[in-house]
Amino acid sequence: MQESRNEVLSDKVVNMKPSGIRKFFDIVSEMKDAISLGVGEPDFDTPWHIRDEGIYSLEKGRTFYTSNAGLKELREEICAYMHRSQGLRYDPLKEVLITVGGSEGIDLMFRAMLNDGDEVLIPQPSYVSYEPCALLANGKPVIIPLKNENQFRLTPQELEAAITPRSKILVLPYPNNPTGAIMEKKDLEAIAQIIIDHDLYVLSDEIYGELTYTGSHVSIASLPGMQERTIVINGFSKAYAMTGWRLGYACGPAFLIAQMTKIHQYAIMCAPTTSQYAAVEALRNGDEDVMMMRESYNQRRRFVLQKLGEMGLPCFEPMGAFYVFPCIEEFGMGSEEFAQKLLEEEKVAIVPGTAFGDCGEGFLRISYAYSIENLREALGRLRRFVQKRR
Amino acid sequence: MNTMNTLKEKILAMIEKNSRIGTKDLAVFLGTDELEVAQALTEMEEAGIICGYHTMIDWDRTGIEKVTALIEVRVTPQRGKGFDDIAERIYKYPEVNSVYLISGGYDLLVTLEGKTLREVSSFVTNKLSTLDTVISTATHFILRKYKDHGTIMTRKYEDQREIVSP
Repeated sequence: MQESRNEVLSDKVVNMKPSGIRKFFDIVSEMKDAISLGVGEPDFDTPWHIRDEGIYSLEKGRTFYTSNAGLKELREEICAYMHRSQGLRYDPLKEVLITVGGSEGIDLMFRAMLNDGDEVLIPQPSYVSYEPCALLANGKPVIIPLKNENQFRLTPQELEAAITPRSKILVLPYPNNPTGAIMEKKDLEAIAQIIIDHDLYVLSDEIYGELTYTGSHVSIASLPGMQERTIVINGFSKAYAMTGWRLGYACGPAFLIAQMTKIHQYAIMCAPTTSQYAAVEALRNGDEDVMMMRESYNQRRRFVLQKLGEMGLPCFEPMGAFYVFPCIEEFGMGSEEFAQKLLEEEKVAIVPGTAFGDCGEGFLRISYAYSIENLREALGRLRRFVQKRR
Repeated sequence: MNTMNTLKEKILAMIEKNSRIGTKDLAVFLGTDELEVAQALTEMEEAGIICGYHTMIDWDRTGIEKVTALIEVRVTPQRGKGFDDIAERIYKYPEVNSVYLISGGYDLLVTLEGKTLREVSSFVTNKLSTLDTVISTATHFILRKYKDHGTIMTRKYEDQREIVSP
């Protein structure tokens, strides 16, 4: 095998640290019989009527590129959805872009907006992509460490303290992976004026928006003065259990979507055609599936919280996504050490909080996108593990 | 009949799929307390809403011989009683699994379980078709059950996801 020659590679990429998840994955995959609470995707299959539309589109020979921005009928359905769920009006021709998963939209917005040294405010713990994507776009990530005592919501004080004259984009990752935190309307209202005063733009990653267990999800774009400075990122992965279809979308002001579309056009061409046809069906006839899955996650969320309570692991009640984020500080070891020992002794894979930022130290991300039997068994083992250490 | 409240509806949705969930777990899943769940269950049992807690068995996998038949039955309805009397005469046979009144080309759909083909056909010829009001019967034997009560019989769930992912 040829040796690695870093001098021929981009410094920026070589110096980028690999995802903490990746590291953990390598350890876990060695262990064949481990059970896991470590996945960041639904355990449901994509509802059959949605898969069927995808298959049908293939049978009909719809195997060509779509327009760069995506199928017009899909963009129209997305606009209709944004209106019925958030009361927001978007122009399907100018303000919507269909992307390859929500992740592509994150990358596109950063690349479309950032000049050297522009700062991106990234609350953490949060999804692993924001920081590296900001770096790749020559931006400067500025981390805002969130606190357990605030249930990992972003407070106006924390935001204010992080803003500098170079601040340009605020990432708002709610409902949050890995903490399960949400920002309710009042929380969003408390930061909206600061965002406007400092002329920030918001990347509102709402990929878990449909999985909110108290009231319904509120997009910051629906607040006065915010739609024109927000890119809403969403997609089909979580709400419709379509992770493998790789389909997301971005909604926002036309001038910004136009530039994002330009990059998308050169780098991607268009999102997968089959997935786009399936997604039209998801938005037209999938509301009931979403409701059913949300109810099922909510039951499991309560179950996991109950079990964590019984074993005495402190944890705030998360109201979104499908994660809980218990604190393991009392055991005097770091998250990674805890996760590794748990894996070795009890063969349970749980992702350490540090995979989502340094301030995730002292926490674990437990995914409850599993069957009750799996949750019961894994949490039983976790219980045994913590009891041995008390 | 009083209207279902949402707790009862949710309990039914859950135990319809798995009747073995205990009251304690049900209470946790639904975010309520055990007493309320137990009371709702009792009320629904007494009201005849919950009629039993059966087990789904894939007999094909046991090696034990069983034959299931669907029988279409055309009957002459009786004045003042409609189909109720004849339905009762049929459903009282213990080997009869279910009896439905059907709209369309025939009147009653009867499902029947027997040990052998002969047993089923002797029930149809000797008991069912000799009933006064029965005009005709058509018997269909089930060759294979792919899905029953919402459960796919031919496939076991397998988690195909990566073991950890962001």
